[in-house]
Amino acid sequence: MTLPLGITFESFTDFGFWTSVGILAGTYTLFTLGLQLNVGFTGIVNFGQAGFMAIGAYAMGILVVKADWSFWLALPAAVLVAIAFGLLIGLPSLRLRADYFAIATIAAAEIVRITAQNARELTGGNQGLFGFDDSWNDVSNTIEGWLESLGWSNPETLFPLFLVVWATALAATAVLYFAQRSPWGRVLRAIREDEDAARALGKNTLVYKLQSLAISATLGALAGFFLALNLNFLNPDEFEPLFTFIGYAVLVLGGLANYWGVAFGAIIMWTILEGTRFVDLPLSAEREAAVRFMIVGLVLILLMAFRPQGVFGKKEEMVLGD
Amino acid sequence: MEARSVPSAAHLPLRERLRELPALRWARFHPESAAAGVIGLLVLILIIAHGVHEVAQTGLNGLSLGSVYALGAVGLTLVYGILKLVNFAHGEFLTFGAYMAFLVTVTWGAPLVLGIVFAIAATAVLGIAFERIMWGPMRARNAGLLQLLLMAIGLAFLIQNTIQFIWGTEIRRLDVNVTDTVEFLGLRIGRTDLIVIVVGFVTLLSIGAMLRYTLLGKRMRALSDNFDLAETAGVDTSRVVLYTWIFAGGLAGLAGVLAGAVTTVKPLMGFELLLPIFAAVILGGIGDAFGALAGGLVLGLMIEWSTLVIEPRWKISVGFAVLILVLFIRPQGIFGRARAI
Repeated sequence: MTLPLGITFESFTDFGFWTSVGILAGTYTLFTLGLQLNVGFTGIVNFGQAGFMAIGAYAMGILVVKADWSFWLALPAAVLVAIAFGLLIGLPSLRLRADYFAIATIAAAEIVRITAQNARELTGGNQGLFGFDDSWNDVSNTIEGWLESLGWSNPETLFPLFLVVWATALAATAVLYFAQRSPWGRVLRAIREDEDAARALGKNTLVYKLQSLAISATLGALAGFFLALNLNFLNPDEFEPLFTFIGYAVLVLGGLANYWGVAFGAIIMWTILEGTRFVDLPLSAEREAAVRFMIVGLVLILLMAFRPQGVFGKKEEMVLGD
Repeated sequence: MEARSVPSAAHLPLRERLRELPALRWARFHPESAAAGVIGLLVLILIIAHGVHEVAQTGLNGLSLGSVYALGAVGLTLVYGILKLVNFAHGEFLTFGAYMAFLVTVTWGAPLVLGIVFAIAATAVLGIAFERIMWGPMRARNAGLLQLLLMAIGLAFLIQNTIQFIWGTEIRRLDVNVTDTVEFLGLRIGRTDLIVIVVGFVTLLSIGAMLRYTLLGKRMRALSDNFDLAETAGVDTSRVVLYTWIFAGGLAGLAGVLAGAVTTVKPLMGFELLLPIFAAVILGGIGDAFGALAGGLVLGLMIEWSTLVIEPRWKISVGFAVLILVLFIRPQGIFGRARAI
């Protein structure tokens, strides 16, 4: 079926298309959950999430490929590296005002990306880093065999990754959702609403903000692992500040201060970003890419102008910065 | 988990002791002299290691890069100071200016001077247009910090990708002479670089004089100090805001043309320049126009001088390192006063 514009709907019924969109959406759900915790619930504007994703992914890749670590040992080690980086950045800069913190974190993330680009012996630079996913491929094959035994002949190769990404994303969403209802979560909200008041009540707000940032770094690293497994290689271009901003678009689409909205926002965003690849406009590839990001920009501007709390956000929780 | 009461009291003694060291005490009260001293010392070390000639030669490159940063930084810092807007779309103003000059000089074949004038005018108009469409109405609604920040990022996406839509990702050059060189005192500099330095410095000096001596400049600084107080004192704030965008846009447009003249013109150029420009702004103290001028020049020099010590492919990270160091050591910048940071 073809419409005048040349939109073909075949891709939208294609299972492979939805699997790949689903993996990206799941990865960015994890990525953006960290932003939701930081921005939506703690009131700290973290612009360096792509840097945490890069640190996690590259630490894992380097440990497996260059240091011959086991993949399963490299995963927790890479999470620890990401947390350490988060604390290193957060400790001095979380004392600053929100806008300064935003600029400090984006600069830190750029240092990570430029290091990944230039420390070629370690990261492979722009040629990329390969060969970290053997252990995962074994697991993926096991899940595939298991799916076949359930009577699904010839399942999608990436479907096991899809299952694991979403299992992780939903588990992380649930954990954060319940953590938010704990006394700990209420302290974070108190910091977001009025940090001085929280401090007057005897809470060490810097410690809570560091914890928030460390959890966000963990989620960023997890997103980095899935990004790496999805691509089979690592390239510095995958960690441009652009991706942090896509995370923010996902965040405000789903709504601030709502963990379940993140998955919704991620699915919408990646359906738009990937789905437009199949809108057969008479345009060159780079023009199509430009149109996609013009849409992202417009979505951000219009949401901020007319519904800043996002689709599922609560207006009364829109207390950001000063 | 409950936190201990009286936060960070445990760190205080060491911090206090460090702060009371005579040298650091002096540095705290004379930040400009301390910064000049540190930079002078670094230059001296470089001269001993590499000789006067090489330091002067890389310094010239630094001045041309620094002029671009300084021109970009003044507009960014004025907009921040007066409107409390961290304009993440400011880099795209530079890109827009560069493409306007490309349009006039390459596509239409007009001389570069016309291209520069057109780029300045067009970018200033762009600044006013978005003030009218977006920033003014959003201020009237008391939009929050994050709201404005994300809007600015959305705007950056929109401008950058509209440019990519029209001109593509192809790397382009302005029609300037990049091979001719001028020699003096044994130093060699590209004719275009020299023009960039001269144009940059003349503009920066006139902007500095304008801010210092004219009524408009004083009003701008008054708004930057305290918007409400200035308004109460009878300053026509909406007019000053308009002029702020004209200056911010025009200077960004000029910076974009100069950057395009010495390097290349591409859709991402402005975004790549934005973080060093932020570094210049913070180095000079956010909101402080004179600080931004000095910060831009200092940063350009530091980045080019760093190539004497490290491989040139790493030099861009010097900008980010400076930014983070300044935020850690002295977040109010070299010239800034300790206000609420």
